[in-house]
Amino acid sequence: MKIRHFVFSSAAVSIAAALGLSGCKKSDSNVINIGEVAAMTGTTATFGQSSHNGTQMAVDEINAAGGLLGKQIKLITEDDQSKQGEAGIVAKKLISRSKISALLGEVASGRSLEMAPIAQAAGVPMISPASTNPKVTEAGDYVFRVCFIDPFQGTVMSKFALSKGWKKVAILTDTKQDYSVGLTEFFKKHFTENGGTITGEQSYASQDKDFKAQLTAIKAGNPDAIFASGYYNEVALIAVQARELGINVPLLGGDGWDSDSLIEVGGKAMEGCYYSNHFSNEDQSPAIQEFVKKYESKHGRKPDAMAALGYDSAKILFEAIKRANSVEGPALRDAIAATKDYAGITGSITLDAQRNATKPAVILTIKDGKVVYTETITP
Amino acid sequence: MEQFLQQLLNGLFQGSIYALIALGYTMVYGVLRFINFAHGDVFMLGAFTAYGMNKVMGPALASMPWPVALILVLLVSMVACAALGILIEFLAYRRLRNGPRLNVLITAIGVSLFIEYSAQLLFGATQRGFPALIPREAIANTGGLTISVAQVIVLVTTILLLVSLRFVVMKTKMGLAMRALSLNPTASTLMGVNNSVVISFTFGLGSALAAAGGILYASLYGGIDPFMGIQPGLKAFVAAVLGGIGNIPGAALGGLLIGITETLVRGYSDKVGIPSGYSDGVAFVILILILIFKPSGLLGKVEREKV
Repeated sequence: MKIRHFVFSSAAVSIAAALGLSGCKKSDSNVINIGEVAAMTGTTATFGQSSHNGTQMAVDEINAAGGLLGKQIKLITEDDQSKQGEAGIVAKKLISRSKISALLGEVASGRSLEMAPIAQAAGVPMISPASTNPKVTEAGDYVFRVCFIDPFQGTVMSKFALSKGWKKVAILTDTKQDYSVGLTEFFKKHFTENGGTITGEQSYASQDKDFKAQLTAIKAGNPDAIFASGYYNEVALIAVQARELGINVPLLGGDGWDSDSLIEVGGKAMEGCYYSNHFSNEDQSPAIQEFVKKYESKHGRKPDAMAALGYDSAKILFEAIKRANSVEGPALRDAIAATKDYAGITGSITLDAQRNATKPAVILTIKDGKVVYTETITP
Repeated sequence: MEQFLQQLLNGLFQGSIYALIALGYTMVYGVLRFINFAHGDVFMLGAFTAYGMNKVMGPALASMPWPVALILVLLVSMVACAALGILIEFLAYRRLRNGPRLNVLITAIGVSLFIEYSAQLLFGATQRGFPALIPREAIANTGGLTISVAQVIVLVTTILLLVSLRFVVMKTKMGLAMRALSLNPTASTLMGVNNSVVISFTFGLGSALAAAGGILYASLYGGIDPFMGIQPGLKAFVAAVLGGIGNIPGAALGGLLIGITETLVRGYSDKVGIPSGYSDGVAFVILILILIFKPSGLLGKVEREKV
């Protein structure tokens, strides 16, 4: 009786173990697993959805052309729900469970900052499509990005404001987002060093809905413009409430504004506001228009910068895999670092010694409910 | 000085929203001695019901003068959420009525989470723009102060609902039954009160108020998402406790106080030394202070258990 019981229970345990362990299979020898962390749901859901669309387009293209190194690319996407903390968890999950060769993501700097040390420690190359906070790539030599960084982006809006004669600017920062805090810091530095004055600095936290208190305080300082360095979901509400309080000066911002939702929620309040971005889908160069057409036919609307950067980040990764002729960590890392003059949709991409790209920024404005290109500022 | 007055006004309007939600909390507690944590989520569902109505009946609503459209949307959402509140009570809380208080409390948290994540599943987590049921314009600047139409409507509606609630509770038969139930559930059944009906009515009424609060909040701030009820719900709960939970004027007072304090802290953050991002914490610090110094709240009475 005892022996039968023992045999039965040990058989049950081994079957359970086999079933459980079958989840961690050795990498399938005819696919290359690439992980992606994106905010598909949550407060900044358009970031993740757009960048995922762009990345998926690149993956489909390369697979249709026969894949890489004779294998198909498998994109494994994890949703971090726009939550700080969640990005690190799913990155770890991708690295340890799905045995990815490389990690694409995230758009938001705060979440990339969480993922970078994890990728670095695991020796998995990580490419962020759109995180602009400089600290992201400081995590180590396995972390890259294909966009410009905030020390440059901060100066872009500052230069633009000064060129328009707006010498007095008020600042509204999202203290819960590293991106916003960093961007404000660089804007302030350049602006004050070049003759501008900051009339007042206010702050809020992500997911706040009411900004009347901060806006009333800002109004008292009588600024020529307001620099709102946060993400699109709060900026739209800020604009609406500012107009309600009778504040009619333009709002200025960074690439965190880039979303269809900005105009959908902000409506008329966003007219005449400006923000810096990585790319404009009005650019008439053939490569960009081809990308825009393909994206539009697939997703029913024009691509935004996050989609274009998602696409570029994936393509750069694939080029590097081709050059390295392998997906081993160190070799892949070196190949990505050697990316030079890659003709991306968002411009010519060369990764410097700090693994950042130096690219021009475009300034976009909202006119008649549409995003319109204004000018380009080169570094 | 002008800025101070404007900030006071801002606080007043924000406080009136908290007061409206706090009314629901306080009423349910007053009658049932139970904090309905799912209240904030009925608030969210009210806003979504209005959004849905607008999607379905958009052109019809736009053709009516906006006060009529607003009242129509309010009424329909309030009725829908009242029914929902009664359903929640029937499914989740009824069986636990005679059990320990803690069980119902935990169930309430569970219901709250259930509603939030179901809403996320059904509606997606992206913030949606709420239709401008109330024109978001400023009234001609009254001496340098800016008040928007929406803010005035919110204040007026809150006062109206407050007065109506007081009327229902003090002057109607059902209100009498509610007060009897809150004093002693067993004795009230002896007096011929059908407890189940009264409890369902209380929940329905509370949920209707939450729905109204949700619509007004969304009209004021423009964006709705499945998790919008958490923060206001929490602050309204603090407001209810601050004013004396179970006390209707207390809830209104608490709401106003919290709204004004929060706005003043945010607006004067550089002078006060607290970065405006920490203004949320102010409400909770107030809660702690009140619980230490006057646990029954500002207008509440200490209930002594008579042996």
